[in-house]
Formats: sequence, structure tokens, C-alpha cells
Amino acid sequence: MSECEGSQREREAKTGRPVAPRDGVGSATPPAGPAEKATQIVLDCRGRRCPLPVIELARRIAGVRVGEQIAVAADDPAARLDVPAWCRMRGHDFLGESPAEDGVPTYTVRRRR
Amino acid sequence: MQAPRVRTLPRTCGDYSLGAAAARPGRAYGRGVAAGTRGGYLDAASAAPLHPVAREALLAALGDGWADPARLHGAGRRARLLLDGARATVAEALGARPDEVTFCGSGTQAAHLAVLGGLAGRRRAGSRLVHSAVEHSCVLHAAERHEASGGETVSVGVDRLGRVDAAAFAAEVARPGTALASLMTANHEVGTVQPIAEVVASCAAAGVPLHTDAAQAVGRLPVPAGWSLLSASAHKWGGPPGVGVLVVRTGTRWGSPLPADERERGRAPGAENVPAIVAAAASLRARVGEAAAEAERLSALVERIRATVTATVPDVEVIGDPVGRLPHLVTFSCLYVDGEALLLELDRRGFAVSSGSSCTSSTLTPSHVLEAMGVLSHGNVRVSLHRETTAEDVDRFLAVLPGVVADLRRTAGVAGL
Repeated sequence: MSECEGSQREREAKTGRPVAPRDGVGSATPPAGPAEKATQIVLDCRGRRCPLPVIELARRIAGVRVGEQIAVAADDPAARLDVPAWCRMRGHDFLGESPAEDGVPTYTVRRRR
Repeated sequence: MQAPRVRTLPRTCGDYSLGAAAARPGRAYGRGVAAGTRGGYLDAASAAPLHPVAREALLAALGDGWADPARLHGAGRRARLLLDGARATVAEALGARPDEVTFCGSGTQAAHLAVLGGLAGRRRAGSRLVHSAVEHSCVLHAAERHEASGGETVSVGVDRLGRVDAAAFAAEVARPGTALASLMTANHEVGTVQPIAEVVASCAAAGVPLHTDAAQAVGRLPVPAGWSLLSASAHKWGGPPGVGVLVVRTGTRWGSPLPADERERGRAPGAENVPAIVAAAASLRARVGEAAAEAERLSALVERIRATVTATVPDVEVIGDPVGRLPHLVTFSCLYVDGEALLLELDRRGFAVSSGSSCTSSTLTPSHVLEAMGVLSHGNVRVSLHRETTAEDVDRFLAVLPGVVADLRRTAGVAGL
């Protein structure tokens, strides 16, 4: 099945190397407000329809340390509902939504367990 | 009031209906359904199977009520008599007067007429329309039209169970310039019953007429009193499709949003479909008679579905109010599952259900009801039962569902995520 592409940083995270500070290579701007954090994985799920963004999030959360954040950029309108609902069902924190540079909504999640 | 008296069916007529059913066994109620049964049809909230009383009345009225009821000749007068009888029957079932009942082409049209007509009649009071965020799309589309014509609309949110905040609704209704309020009796997607009694009181206090879309409630639950406008749809209660009911209470200001027509006291244009209306009325009377017993029976089956799905399907969210709900309807969402794939796979196994997931909608957006509630929208299934649904049908569905969901998750490579 088709998967969402991870950002460069996210691919780095998959290799197990320490995550580098944000240098503008990522595909999304850092979310504002409580979600603001320089060192986070951003999944690119543009063009992926539900439930793929949530599936991708579920696959990649294992690579995130407890207390750290992961974001998913998704233009499917269902993601706005399904990312927070997934957080509720899985016990993670939904930190909010902010637009990426291209305006695509980016949803930020903090791993809780 | 007397129901329309239908002529005894000619033998050929009755034989035809039996013969037709026998000649086409098990026709298209889901491909896997056993011949001649409707056991796998679990989408009554879209359209309930025709009530046997409706079928009988329809066939008789096709023979007797085909003429134009506005004409003065004998055939016209016979059609008029049937129409008047049907109107009296529907009025009685809804606790209204016959002259308050209008027949039109669908529940959607009835809601359009209720909302736009109610707003037109109150133009001097203002142009605000207050409605809940989970109204049927027919009400929301009427609201869009109102807004496009320069009116103001206010959508009041709901809680996680889909119930509107009665205090917030009251506060919006009380604001100056409010012309009309619209709150459905019960939600068509998640079954949650709305606090109509509280909203009736706050509307009365503010002097604002209330429209209630009772499409899912009529024939299943007692319709609460106190509304000014009501809309309903015959094919939701077991009548034929193509009959909508609009009730405008005496004293309610209403102005037609459509070009003038003398039919239906000027409230709905075009010649009435008398045979279908007669069938709708006859089946409504039958439904009301059996509603209490059916509500108890179906509500227990829905409870069984709610409990069993939660216990047997991992990562499922059962949606809507577990207590204050319609007796015949339940909705749940399965994590990581594509709603369209789930619907089609259930259809392949002989079960017809509906879905609020975005992949099943023409616009590829999730249901506005699920969105307003903030619940999981993918992998969504709505199951709605009817008078022919048996406990065995429900058990068959519950036996098949966990395997179908597990297979879809396995195929998608998401099992155990």
C-alpha cells in the first residue's frame, strides 16, 4: 500500500541517529503555540486519503520517544477529525493544527506512552 | 379520524403482488442475502422496506386514486376523498389538525419548505436562522440558501455524543432578529435524541418558531409537542418513497419560497401523488400502532450491537448517546479501516449498511455530523433496523463483522498497530 513520505529528519530518526536541530529542510513549518518545538518528525501525507495519514502516524509513533512530538501534514479533510480521535483512543496528546508553508494543515501529536 | 377507506383488492391485483415477489426471489438486497428475505438489509434510516399495509394501500389507491384531486368530476372526487382521508390520518398520528398537514415530494423538500417558508413568514421579525451543527444536509442546504440571499445563520455545536447544548441554543434563539430555529428531533447518523422539550420552552420564551426535522423519529418515537413546523419523510417509516410531510401549526407565520400554486393550500406546488400519499398514511397509522413494541424490541437489538461490537472488534469507537437515542440506529467507527471497503465487503456478505466516512461521500469529506461531534470518521458504519429485522439477523451480522474488520486490517497491513 502507499505510504506517506517522511521528511529528511524523520528518515534520520528512523536510522536511529540523533535528531538534528531544525534547519529548514523539513517539509512543514514548525507548528505554532504549544506544539512549537524545533526537533520533531514531520510526516508528509499530502494527497493521501483517510485512513492513510492516521495509519502512517501509528506506524511512526514507535520511533518517537515518550514526551517527544511527531507531526503529520495532511490535506485530507478527514485527518482533522481522525488525528485527534486517534490520539484519544491511543492515549497520546493532540497538540493542535497549524498550516505548513504551502498551507496544508499539519497536526502535531506528543507521544505519551 | 378515519383512515382512507381502500377498496377491497381485486384478486388479480393481490395475485400480481405475490406473483411478482415469487418471480424475483431475493432480488438485490445485498448479493449474499438468502432468497426472499430482507434480513441483511440494515439501512432502514436511508429507506425502510415498504410496510405490508403500505403495499396493500398503494395497489388499491392506484386503482382508485389516480385522478387529479383538484377536479370536480367523479374520478377527481374519489381521489380527493382518498387524499382527505390520508391527510386526516397523518394529522392524527402527528397530533396536528388536517389543515396543518401538507404533502410534498420528499422529506428534503418538506424541510426546505419548513425552513425557507418559516424564514419568509418572519421576515419582519428578522433574518437570523439558528440551527444545530448536526442537522440533516437538507436543513443545512436551506440555511446556505438563506445566507446566500443575505440572511444570517448560526450553527450551535454539539457534545461528543452529538447532543446540542440546549443553553447555548437558547442563548442564540433569544438574540434579537432571530426569525426561526431548527432542531431535529433525533439525529439520522448517530441516533442521538435532541433536547426538544427544553428548546421548545426557550423558543416559546423568545417568541421564535421552532422547526423540527422529525424524519427519523416519526413512527418510532412519540414526537414531542410544542414545535411550530415539522417535516418528515414517508419512506423512513415504511411508506413509499416520494412523499414528504410538512406541518405548519395554525398561527405560525409562513410564506412560500416557491412560485404560487393552488395545490396543498399553496404550500407545495404540483399535483399530489395520491396513491403514494394514501400508502404513506396507511403505513404511518400501522407504524404508530406498533411503535411502542417495536421500539422496545429494536432498542434491545441495538443495545446488543453496541455491547457486542465493543467486545469483539478491537479499536472500535461506538458513537452517539447510548441512552437518549433512537431505538433502531447505531453507528461505530473502526480504526485504520477504509469505510468504503468495509461497506462493500459487508455488502458482499449480504449486509446493507451505510457510512459517514469521507471515502463513501461524493464530496470526499467526512460526515458533518461526525465532524461536529469530534469522533473518528474513517471505518464508519451505520446500522439501522426495521420491523422485519430479527434477532437472528443481528446475530448473523455480529458474527461476520469481527472477521471482516480483521481481514481488512490484515490486507492493509495495519493489524496490531
